[in-house]
Amino acid sequence: MIPAEFDYTAPETLDDAIKALADGGEDAKLLAGGHSLLPLMKLRLAAPSLLVDLRKVPGLHGIQREDGNWRIGALTPHAELEHTPDLGVVSLTAGTIADPQVRNRGTIGGSLAHGDPASDLPAVMLICEASVTLQGAGGQQRSVSANDLFQDYLETAVEPTEVLTEIRMPAYDGWGFAYQKFNRRSEDWAMVAVSALVKKNGDTIEDARIGLTNMASVPLRAHAVEEALRGQPGTADSIARAAEQAAEGTDPPADLNASSDYKRHLARVMCRRALEEAAGLP
Amino acid sequence: MSKTVPVTLNVNGVEHHLEVEPRLLLVHALRDNLGLTGTHVGCDTSNCGACTIHMDGRAVKSCTVLAVQADGVALTTIEGLASENELHPLQEAFWNDHGLQCGYCTPGMIMAAAGLLAENPNPTEDEVRHGLEGNLCRCTGYHNIVKAVLDAAKAKGAAVGAPASGQPGVTA
Repeated sequence: MIPAEFDYTAPETLDDAIKALADGGEDAKLLAGGHSLLPLMKLRLAAPSLLVDLRKVPGLHGIQREDGNWRIGALTPHAELEHTPDLGVVSLTAGTIADPQVRNRGTIGGSLAHGDPASDLPAVMLICEASVTLQGAGGQQRSVSANDLFQDYLETAVEPTEVLTEIRMPAYDGWGFAYQKFNRRSEDWAMVAVSALVKKNGDTIEDARIGLTNMASVPLRAHAVEEALRGQPGTADSIARAAEQAAEGTDPPADLNASSDYKRHLARVMCRRALEEAAGLP
Repeated sequence: MSKTVPVTLNVNGVEHHLEVEPRLLLVHALRDNLGLTGTHVGCDTSNCGACTIHMDGRAVKSCTVLAVQADGVALTTIEGLASENELHPLQEAFWNDHGLQCGYCTPGMIMAAAGLLAENPNPTEDEVRHGLEGNLCRCTGYHNIVKAVLDAAKAKGAAVGAPASGQPGVTA
């Protein structure tokens, strides 16, 4: 399969990339690792007129920690997240994306800008209360929370002439975490996945955050479960009771793999498992 | 036709200067432009791993990379693993353990395994199986493939990730 024709440029600065994007008009697209975009182009589901490759733009790679916060460059490949265990749930989740070869090329910024609710990282960004930095013409920067980033299926708040340059999020030292993903084959997208962050104070759950992957046209948080857990003992019983609400407020699309009802069932089961793991239950 | 662009592909230590359409996939550049047909096209959907090569020492699926994205990057294909007189330890182990049936997936399996061993020179069986998740063998000959990777690791330890020719790009 061969993509439709397009023009190509690989600018050496961010400003030039933003300019090329603006000059290229509405069918110009940014290229990072290409592991969401190129498959779509090969299937002719996408046919951009111009690809602006970010590979030569400096400053978009790497992971830094400063004052209890992480800064992750948009072009950081999933494999690098996977090999940075201090990132906690982000690292754990990145290690489940597709397969090693895909993780070596696919990037966190590319994945977030693509906005596929079946991708692994978007819902994890929600529970980490991360934000992304978007840079547009004239060097104008704005910060958008993960909560506001994902607007609909494959639709994000990134404007056509903006570049997602970095991800910022607090460190969650001391929080328990888990990522429970249900798929038939390891390379597949999640049929449903549940990410969890749990903060305990002794045996009590002080705070909990639960992310839902592929349960609507956007990634979601299971707020009802989170509220039900706060202040509760971190026991299998209270977790099982709270996890029963995991599908509340969701709207999972049926697909070849699973009906909407089955996905709701999976969300409840995977939520319980993720919480048990994150709470350190055996 | 869209405007062609110049690209320098450094494959197995040899530089090739090409003028290509931006939409040319790296796997096609290797096979059709450079005649390196050891890298196979299987599913063509970044699923099966038959097209696995190394970019700067990391295993990637060359059906999901544009040739222009590989400009100036050190590439290693299956042809670059063996030295003139000696098979790479992974090739030797695949031979000894009969780690193949029809052989179609073999170049990709070996390149994926080389990527795995470069990161993890002494993997457990479980780690080998997970490390090869991106490669499909439609003969289902996984048993001997996993055995071959484990034997190659045992035979050569950390050195196994590096190609015998010792060229840059692939590090142990």
